[in-house]
Amino acid sequence: MARIIVVTSGKGGVGKTTSAAAIATGLALRGNKTVVIDFDVGLRNLDLIMGCERRVVYDLVNVIQGEAGLNQAMIRDKRSDNLYILPASQTRDKDALTLEGVEQVLEKLSEDFDYIVCDSPAGIERGAQLAMYFADEAIVVTNPEVSSVRDSDRILGLLASKTRRAEQNQDPVIERLLITRYDPNRVDSGDMLNLEDIQEILAIKLIGLIPESEAVLRASNSGVPVTHDQDSDAGQAYSDTVARLLGDEKPLRFHLLQKRSFLSRIFGGGRR
Amino acid sequence: MKLLEFLKRERKKSASVAKERLQIIVAHQRGQRGQPDYMPMLERELLEVIRRYVQVDQDAINISLDSEDDCSVLELNVTLPNRG
Repeated sequence: MARIIVVTSGKGGVGKTTSAAAIATGLALRGNKTVVIDFDVGLRNLDLIMGCERRVVYDLVNVIQGEAGLNQAMIRDKRSDNLYILPASQTRDKDALTLEGVEQVLEKLSEDFDYIVCDSPAGIERGAQLAMYFADEAIVVTNPEVSSVRDSDRILGLLASKTRRAEQNQDPVIERLLITRYDPNRVDSGDMLNLEDIQEILAIKLIGLIPESEAVLRASNSGVPVTHDQDSDAGQAYSDTVARLLGDEKPLRFHLLQKRSFLSRIFGGGRR
Repeated sequence: MKLLEFLKRERKKSASVAKERLQIIVAHQRGQRGQPDYMPMLERELLEVIRRYVQVDQDAINISLDSEDDCSVLELNVTLPNRG
C-alpha cells in the first residue's frame, strides 16, 4: 500500500514542481520505490525538472483514457532505479482527467510503489482538487510572502473539506508546511516574514525549510533534481525534509543568518 | 524636540506589517471555511430584501451560521439606522 503525498500551494511559482521532484528523488535515494505524477494538464513541467522531457511518449491522460498502459507511460529515472515519472498531457484540456480515472491509476500504482508524489497545478480548480483528493499527506509549499501564505491557508481549507479523507470522515490529511525561498538576511533586516510567524499564521507543522539558493536554478537548468546536488544548501535542505517525512529527527538548518567572513566579503563568493 | 522624536522613531518593519495583515485576512478566511457554498448568495439576497424596506449599509448586516452537535443556527443581525 503506497503513501500518497500531494505537493500543493494554491499560488503558482512558489516551487511546487521543484519540491515534488526533489522530494520524490530524495525518497527514491533512501530506497523507497517512488513515482511522481504531474497533474498540471496542459502546462506540464515536471518532465523538464526531472530531465526526461525527450523520453515522454504517453502521459497520464492517455492512461486514463485507455490509450496506453501505465508501464508504457511511466518513465524510469536515469539516476535512480527506484524512481518513475508519470508526465501530464501537454495538448488536451483539463477536463480530460476524471476522478474515477485518477482513482484507478493511483490504486494500480499503490500495488507496486511505496510512495506516490502528486505534483499539483497552481490554483484551486479541478486539477488542483484532483491532485489532492486521494492524498494521505499534503506538503504545502509556501514562500515567506503575503500572497503565498494567504493562498496556502485557502489550500488548507480545501484539504480539510474537499478530499476523500474529509468526505468519508476518515483521519484527516496530514498537513505539513514546506517553506521555500527563505532568505535569512532579509528576515534579519525585518523585510521578510520569519518562519515562526508563518507557522503561527498557518498553524501546521513545519516539515522543511529551503533557503533561497542559486543551486535551484542550476538544477532546473540541467534537469537534475536539486537533491542530487549534495554540496548545495538547497540539496541538503531537501534531504533533511525527506528524512523528516520518513520519521527521522533532523534539526532545522539554513534558517539563521550566516555571518560572512572578512575575506569572503572582499573576494565575493556567493552562496553555493 | 519634535524633530528629535521624528528622527528617533523607528520605521515599522515591513515583515511585521505583513504578519498583522495576514492574521486578519486568514482569520476572516477561516470564518468562512466549512460554511455552505450558498452563504454568500444568501447574504446578498437577504440584504436586497431588507433594503427594499429600510436603507442599510452593507456592513450593517451580519450573518453567521453556527453548528452545534445536531443543530445549526443561522443568525442574522441587522443594525437599523436611527429614526428621524
